[in-house]
Amino acid sequence: MFSSLKKKVGEVLLPGDEFSYDTDDTISLTEHVKPEKVVCGPGLRRSGDRLLVCKSGVLRHKQPNMFWIDSQQRRYVPAKGETVIGIIAAKAGDVFKVDFGGSEQASLSYLAFEGATKRNRPNVQVGDLVFAQFTIANKDMEPELVCIDSSGRANGMGVFGGGGLLFKVSLGLVRRLLSPNSEIHSDLDQMFPCELVVGMNGRVWVKSSSVQQTLIIANLLQSCDTMTGPQRQELFRRVQTGAL
Amino acid sequence: MAKQYTSSFIDKLTYQSNRSVMEVCGSSNVTLREFGCEQSLLSRPDGSASFIQGDTSVLAAVYGPAEVKVSKEIYDRATLEVLIQPKVGLPSVRERSQEQCLRESCEASLLLSLHPRSSLTLILQLLSSFLNAACMALMDAGLPMSCLFCGVTCAIDADGCIITDPTAAQEKKSRALMTFAIDSAEHRVMTSSTKGSFSVHELQQCIAVSQKASEKIFQFYRDSVRRRYSKTL
Repeated sequence: MFSSLKKKVGEVLLPGDEFSYDTDDTISLTEHVKPEKVVCGPGLRRSGDRLLVCKSGVLRHKQPNMFWIDSQQRRYVPAKGETVIGIIAAKAGDVFKVDFGGSEQASLSYLAFEGATKRNRPNVQVGDLVFAQFTIANKDMEPELVCIDSSGRANGMGVFGGGGLLFKVSLGLVRRLLSPNSEIHSDLDQMFPCELVVGMNGRVWVKSSSVQQTLIIANLLQSCDTMTGPQRQELFRRVQTGAL
Repeated sequence: MAKQYTSSFIDKLTYQSNRSVMEVCGSSNVTLREFGCEQSLLSRPDGSASFIQGDTSVLAAVYGPAEVKVSKEIYDRATLEVLIQPKVGLPSVRERSQEQCLRESCEASLLLSLHPRSSLTLILQLLSSFLNAACMALMDAGLPMSCLFCGVTCAIDADGCIITDPTAAQEKKSRALMTFAIDSAEHRVMTSSTKGSFSVHELQQCIAVSQKASEKIFQFYRDSVRRRYSKTL
């Protein structure tokens, strides 16, 4: 299965495609054979001894044995440990209800902020933006957010300050922006210095020196979705020289 | 004696012509009208697709997994709602029956248990061949599916010939009309919706023809999705 999966890396797969053990695989009796393990990420499902694809997209691989499907979608499904930009929708007793663009609202305890105690409540109003991390996210339970890491520090999370602009892009673009050596990010950094917060739920928050600059960046990012690398660089260059 | 001979001769002829029909179908000579598709063309929904087949065109949009009304909530799977809007006027009984047919086909291929207590809404507009547009839109929304499906319509005309993917005029002249939903994993029939009279043999022939035709559509699905992802490869 490993070799057949590896062969398909970088190719587009559709729901219903499947991988199974090759029948002509031989097992050596003399040598010690390690059982081959495959870690399935999003878009892949195990069913018996077969591996089924359940989303359309590009098959990706990470050493040594991780495989997942990289798909372009717009609706966010929460996953534990991911950071998102949420909007405070309501205050309900000791928790805030946060809209993060999923199928239900997440809860955020008022104690889950840096330096918050029962006496010292954080200053959070309905309508505020928060950058938070999922501690509980599974299909059967209400998702739960926190704005602190395991050591109790904010670590970049918390309530947003004033100014800036929030907009939505596709989840595929967000993942490309956040990938370790993202070309889009480096291109943008060189041409338009700005403060950029990217949530895994497709929400992006931008703040730069002027309103005009902020709007330009927002429009550029939204148009990046459907462009190849060279097209994007060409567009960035034209915008920077003021041709557009 | 001579009379008997001729009648049996005619029988033989019709039998042969039937045979030839089947052979024609067997030799991958299934004709479908030209079809095309565009994915994620609408900005608001989570997934959308338009599917054009000959003169008919369908626009499909998917919302979900989204918040669900308490009255429609199902505790162990997602609620799928299908709405069909006709080109003009309000949806009627015909649309309702199409909605049900389509909902059951989609439920068969979607893995609804992965998103319990949420709602999926599929909205379609315009004429027939809903199945293909629905499948493309669901795929575009990135919903977990166990397999893909496509719809093929067959008509049997007065002479007993099978026409795949008939036009509206051909449909009107036909003796029987059948629509099948076929899955991509094993090319089995998921849904069949039929109108008119036909024999068991004809039904089986039509299924065989549709399965042949479905291969073309699935190949098209693959090509169009590949084209869509070509920029991020």
